[in-house]
Amino acid sequence: METQELNNISSQVRRDIVRMVSGASSGHPGGSLGCADFLTLLYFEVLKHDPSNFSMDGIDEDIFYLSNGHISPVWYSVLARSGYFPVNELGTFRKLSTRLQGHPSTDKNIPGVRMASGSLGQGLSCALGTAVTKKLNGDASLVYTLHGDGELQEGQIWEAAIYGAANKVDNLIATIDYNGRQIDGDVDDVLSLGNLSQKWQAFGWEVLEMNGHDFDDMKKTIAKAHSFVGNGKPIVIIMTTEMGQGVDYMMGTHKWHGNAPNAEQLESALNQLEETLGDY
Amino acid sequence: MTTTTTFEVLGTKDTRSGFGEGLLEIGKKNKDVVALCADLTGSLKMNAFQDEFPERFFQVGIAEANMMGMASGMTVGGKIPYTGTFANFSTGRVYDQIRQSIAYSQKNVKICASHAGLTLGEDGATHQILEDIGMMKMLPNMTVIVPCDFNQTKQATMAIAEHDGPVYLRFGRPKVPIFVKPDADFVIGKADLLMEGSDVTIIACGHLVWKAIEAAEILAEKGISAEVINMHTIKPLDARAIIESTAKTGCVVTAEEHMINGGLGDSVAQVIIQNDPVPQEFVGVDDSFGESGKPEELLTKYNIDTPNIVEAAHKAIQRKK
Repeated sequence: METQELNNISSQVRRDIVRMVSGASSGHPGGSLGCADFLTLLYFEVLKHDPSNFSMDGIDEDIFYLSNGHISPVWYSVLARSGYFPVNELGTFRKLSTRLQGHPSTDKNIPGVRMASGSLGQGLSCALGTAVTKKLNGDASLVYTLHGDGELQEGQIWEAAIYGAANKVDNLIATIDYNGRQIDGDVDDVLSLGNLSQKWQAFGWEVLEMNGHDFDDMKKTIAKAHSFVGNGKPIVIIMTTEMGQGVDYMMGTHKWHGNAPNAEQLESALNQLEETLGDY
Repeated sequence: MTTTTTFEVLGTKDTRSGFGEGLLEIGKKNKDVVALCADLTGSLKMNAFQDEFPERFFQVGIAEANMMGMASGMTVGGKIPYTGTFANFSTGRVYDQIRQSIAYSQKNVKICASHAGLTLGEDGATHQILEDIGMMKMLPNMTVIVPCDFNQTKQATMAIAEHDGPVYLRFGRPKVPIFVKPDADFVIGKADLLMEGSDVTIIACGHLVWKAIEAAEILAEKGISAEVINMHTIKPLDARAIIESTAKTGCVVTAEEHMINGGLGDSVAQVIIQNDPVPQEFVGVDDSFGESGKPEELLTKYNIDTPNIVEAAHKAIQRKK
């Protein structure tokens, strides 16, 4: 897909995010905006999947788990925009009886979601399970995950990291949204992760780095990740992003991690994001 | 209800060995069954499955949170994962992983928990979980099963593979009498009526079922006719079995190797109070941690042994109007 086309989609996804969060008067716009480019690329170009015919088992399909479930707005937007469910449903986000729960869930049968997430640190373990099941099933498709950087403070992540390397789970590509911010402030101030790349390397993972707002760099890096599949090591991509990317007043701060814009702020945000595919 | 009229002790074995045999057998019958263990393969008697199906056995190390998450993920693609570790590490240690990735996510994971309760013995209170039934029964979508002997644990281990949804299967460490027939049919949610009686209903689960039988025999010598129900499924609870029995006997004793708060007795009380209220006495651990000791010594010290059931039965009968 051409970069211009991807930019068009991610611009619309960003509009969806701020409109959903504003419409619900709650939600997490910062991380959602930061991951809009990556998830757009993943769902519109990278994943082998069948949006119109969702199955929980996803046999012969690539599986994606959103481990940092609070950035559900961006996920719901790319799911809807790629055809998993009607785009108009995005307007129900966080409202009573919606399938689009504040954090992703499976109990309302929303197509595209295979695991509840929100309580952090669990998605990498789930992904390992699906990855080893794919191996048992002789299924050559892959498992992808996305994690927050703050989420890596959870111990379960490192339990999973040990298992993945020790058991050569090499059909898994984890991505870290390395925006350096979490609710209480900068990750370095809250609980520094130290040298993240060296940590993953020491745990035995193949480590790649990319710019989460540069489609060419992401395409190149993901292609490189694909070349490592089957080499006996799980793969992690440390993806540098800007929390709030695309909305000037949400960038450069952790303050929009979990706050909704008011009407005036929404208008300001929408003025910065081109409507390319039509609002829901 | 299934009715058994006579009792014959068929030997003595630990319920965890029933799990091990059941796992091997269901593994042979159902190729989707996989097993995960957190460094307690021998204690859980999972070696036979591991030897027979090495490619379907996953040693996760001492990392129970990761084990629960992996088990959940393994259902995506059609596997039926059985996790194995001690009851404490199967529940309290990983409650949030079970809550979000298994129960809320409606995953077909079988959480198999050994060394439950005081009868774990000498290791003491850090390992003797007495709150697990409560934690697990509170989770929506979760089925909670506490089989009473080797044969029933084996049968339950196999039966849960046929049930689509998360299950908590609780068993233990010590050798206890075997009295369920090896060919008995295990039906989830259907209580076993073990002894018919008219003066008091004793409802028990797990290791306390045999104690309930012993108590009923002591009561019989004193001319008291006790009905004994093996409530192997705590959730969904067989409410009909309870109501039918208490309608006949007019009072009930519940007995369990678990905290009184949140256990089988609580569930039975809810049924009774919403239908036909009758006096109920609770045999269980009273808001206390356990300690080191031999299993039988601990049951005595913590007032959950045969004489305690007998005493509770007398009390319940006295409270009848």
